[in-house]
Amino acid sequence: MKGNEAIAAAAIGAGCRYFFGYPITPQNEIPEYMSRELPKVGGVYVQAESEVAAINMVYGAAGAGARVLTSSSSPGISLMQEGISYIAGAELPCVLVNVMRAGPGLGGVQPSQADYFQATKGGGHGDYHLIVLAPSNLQEAVELTQLAFDLADKYRNPAMVLADGMIGQLMEPVELPPERPAAELPPKDWATTGTAHSGGRRRIINSLYLYPDQLEEHVRALFRKYAAIERDEVRCELVGCDDAEVVIVAYGTTARIARTAIAKCRALGLRAGLLRPITLYPFPYAAFAPVARSARAFLVVEMSMGQMVDDVRIAVAGRRPVAFYGRTGGIVPTAPEIVKQVQALREGLGA
Amino acid sequence: MKIVYQKSPGLTDVPLHYCPGCTHGIIHKLVAESLVELDVLGRTVLVAPVGCAVFAYDYFNCDAQEAAHGRAPAVATGIKRVHPEHVVFTYQGDGDLASIGTAEIVHAAMRGENITVIFVNNAIYGMTGGQMAPTTLVGQSTTTSPRGRVRVGQGAPLRVCELLATIEAAAYVARVSVNTIPRLNGAKRAIKRAFQMQIENKGFSLVEVLSSCPTNWGLSPVDALRWVEQTMIPVFPLGTFRDIDGGTNP
Repeated sequence: MKGNEAIAAAAIGAGCRYFFGYPITPQNEIPEYMSRELPKVGGVYVQAESEVAAINMVYGAAGAGARVLTSSSSPGISLMQEGISYIAGAELPCVLVNVMRAGPGLGGVQPSQADYFQATKGGGHGDYHLIVLAPSNLQEAVELTQLAFDLADKYRNPAMVLADGMIGQLMEPVELPPERPAAELPPKDWATTGTAHSGGRRRIINSLYLYPDQLEEHVRALFRKYAAIERDEVRCELVGCDDAEVVIVAYGTTARIARTAIAKCRALGLRAGLLRPITLYPFPYAAFAPVARSARAFLVVEMSMGQMVDDVRIAVAGRRPVAFYGRTGGIVPTAPEIVKQVQALREGLGA
Repeated sequence: MKIVYQKSPGLTDVPLHYCPGCTHGIIHKLVAESLVELDVLGRTVLVAPVGCAVFAYDYFNCDAQEAAHGRAPAVATGIKRVHPEHVVFTYQGDGDLASIGTAEIVHAAMRGENITVIFVNNAIYGMTGGQMAPTTLVGQSTTTSPRGRVRVGQGAPLRVCELLATIEAAAYVARVSVNTIPRLNGAKRAIKRAFQMQIENKGFSLVEVLSSCPTNWGLSPVDALRWVEQTMIPVFPLGTFRDIDGGTNP
């Protein structure tokens, strides 16, 4: 299956029955799959007039209690930021997929990871967070897409699957878990299903709080939720970090290439390891402390000019040097390039 | 004692915040009465706008979602697709619908989205303090057209009903006014008909209601109603612009 199709199939498997989107390369296989497959399972596909409209349709459907998905790529996700902020403010669960392409502006259609800041640090206005999951192979894309729906429902918060053009376009065998029965999906006693369904109690979906004390309390409540997410939902993978002198930090496609680079490094006698954040928000800050005790340096590799590297510097907190290697504009770094960076970094450390 | 008149159970007991002489309250009443008379209040979901009616979710006695500015038809689309058996309506002003939300309203109509839109046109941005709207009349002075709206560079009023009436999947498009009792009765008939269309799955329905804004027009409530009659209606003619069932003027 192609990555984009795997994500779409996983969403349907997770009980998603509503998709609202707008075409943009390189994620078009997701809406195409949804337009073909959703009607077969009683679902609805709507091609919106814009990403702005699509995200607001998601808002409406999520507020009505549905499991709902939208997908786009970088410029389209930028257009959705207004709606994403409203969704976070109104505490609506939904899943967003960003198959990142290179920017800024119209940029290009090749893979990129330059939307890290937008995804993890807000993007829209106001104090809020998305839950951000970054798959590095297609099986993981399936699992994380389904996890995104569960976490979104659990925390009443939008969750984003942050993929890139490489993950979206890649073909790999995947195993789809059995379809989630509708009866197993969590009940939503806050959704607008009509007062006749809720014993006459009105339900309001809203993010407007004109009194500052009420708004402050609302935002504080959001942040108590984020604190729980930061405590309970951090996911990352460590590869060969026990004896590594140089630990590469990378996510998504870049982590996949880093794995190959590490094997090459080890063949050359360079002890390299990988720390791979799977959740970008919540970021696995705590995972760095034990690694920083044994490793001598960190090398952050991204398809950007350096965005996650800021979080790595916060996590490492000056205990070890943090180097950065990035390619951008749609260029994917190769394993030999990364090996060269590890070599140079290792040499700089001395004996 | 016999009750001869009472507030519609379609409205809550929350006091309305609208300015004296504003006709939002009347329009709320007509919408609420229609929903009650059609016996659909318990399965109705309102999409509230950004604008003077931003607190509509406090006033209508039904479930509601508050939309971003201009996006109400998109939010309503999401709700309606999940609950097609529900009655879903948006309540939007002219800044919301005819300016920032033009794409959303045109495409909701184009898809024949089976929702009802109550479009309140007072030819000005009310909540933000009286700025020029796309519906502002030529010559009308506002805080951002202090010398009066001029055709060259600022254009002439956008006529939403006439625009939407060209759209095939729009089932019902009408413009009404509430500045006199007979007109108010016609407005009620149009609003009820629009909801009836939705209940019968006929597709997109919109009722534009000409409304007064004494505060930002700088007129007394009575003069404001007169201004609707003498100045607005000639530019925004009342009538049914589209009715796929061939109905008559309200």
